[in-house]
Amino acid sequence: MEDFLNIFIRSAFVENLVLSYFLGMCSYLAVSKSVKTAMGLGLAVIFVLGITVPINWLINHYILSEGGLLGMDLTFLRFILFIAVIASMVQLVEMVIEKISPALYNSLGIFLPLITVNCAILGASLFMISREYNFTESVAFGLGGGFGWFLAIIAIAAIREKLKYSNIPAPLRGLGIAFIITGLMGMAFMGLMGIDPAIFFSGK
Amino acid sequence: MAEVKESKKALFPMTKKERKLLFDPLNDNNPVTVQVLGICSALAVTSMLLPSIVMAIAVTFVIAFSNLTISLLRNYIPKQVRMIVQLVVIAFLVTIVELTLKAYSYPVYKQLSVFIGLIITNCIVMGRLEAFAMANKPWQSFLDGIGNGLGYGIILVIISFIRELFGRGTLLSGTPLEMKIIGASSDFWIDTTTNPYFGWYVNNNLMVLPAAALFIMGLIIWYQRSKTPKLIDIS
Repeated sequence: MEDFLNIFIRSAFVENLVLSYFLGMCSYLAVSKSVKTAMGLGLAVIFVLGITVPINWLINHYILSEGGLLGMDLTFLRFILFIAVIASMVQLVEMVIEKISPALYNSLGIFLPLITVNCAILGASLFMISREYNFTESVAFGLGGGFGWFLAIIAIAAIREKLKYSNIPAPLRGLGIAFIITGLMGMAFMGLMGIDPAIFFSGK
Repeated sequence: MAEVKESKKALFPMTKKERKLLFDPLNDNNPVTVQVLGICSALAVTSMLLPSIVMAIAVTFVIAFSNLTISLLRNYIPKQVRMIVQLVVIAFLVTIVELTLKAYSYPVYKQLSVFIGLIITNCIVMGRLEAFAMANKPWQSFLDGIGNGLGYGIILVIISFIRELFGRGTLLSGTPLEMKIIGASSDFWIDTTTNPYFGWYVNNNLMVLPAAALFIMGLIIWYQRSKTPKLIDIS
């Protein structure tokens, strides 16, 4: 449990997917013009990350790796299989949400299918491999990473809504200023870098 | 006159349209600063020149050949499954790039880590396939791919040049061409400990941090848009 919270907090704040690895930047910039749509995309990303990272862990561990069920080292198939899992999971999540909660489905709208090509999703799966997480850790990493992405997009959307009323030099409007603000946010989040989340849970 | 034109044509056999396909993405229609595609990797790998050049070559290769393949197949792909077909083609090419890099240049492979894999979800690749290769002939699609790859590469090289020079005082470190420009030891061309004019100079650690890439990108966009007013965002 300690590990779970530790990795959750670290991946949400300290090693934020957008602000320190620039993952999912394209949709982060494209969909951050209003808080409402940003909220929709953020929620969808939490959903999909929380599901695909553990599933890709299972696939990597039980099918692709040498000690898996097939007994062969198939890791060169990793990219193809991961992207297929993500595409089909997005499709599945879309159908399930549509069935269970039409209201949420309508508010997410076009964003669900777009998530397939959001690099944060594939990136998180690849980080999960390269950092050698175990199953619980990968669940925490998926949820935490998604939550961090959600926070970042909400924050920039709120700032950009306010920016509409400020007097920015014309060539810098829109994209240019969004980049510079993201840089400032990244530096702010970096202030958390020195903090080891473990100290909160060690009871010392 | 006609003869001159003819000989010129033989030397460089390209129509005007094809030349436009190749060179337009370098400035007016740059995939990174104008179409806002493929930003993740453009920012993440640019702390040094070497990985960004490798990344630019890898992306150009993947865009060019996936454009070519999809363009050849475009009449046989059913519309409903085109995304999956595109992703499989891209993933196949990226796997080739990854294994090649792992075999021939392991340190760079380690440095680029997940970002080679992330070429799959690089929106430039998908974007060009959807917008161009699905509707155009193979040769033109191939040129379009090369052009967009170069447009992406040029931004990467500019950003990483600035970041490496001001952040570490070196250029192209990790290659045989390594140049140590400025720094506080006698290895560098300008040694700040002894040089009478540069005693004040210290390498700026901010440039090595991820945030610097965002600032430089913002400034490049600012510069480009003030030079080309038609690109200005009105909203």
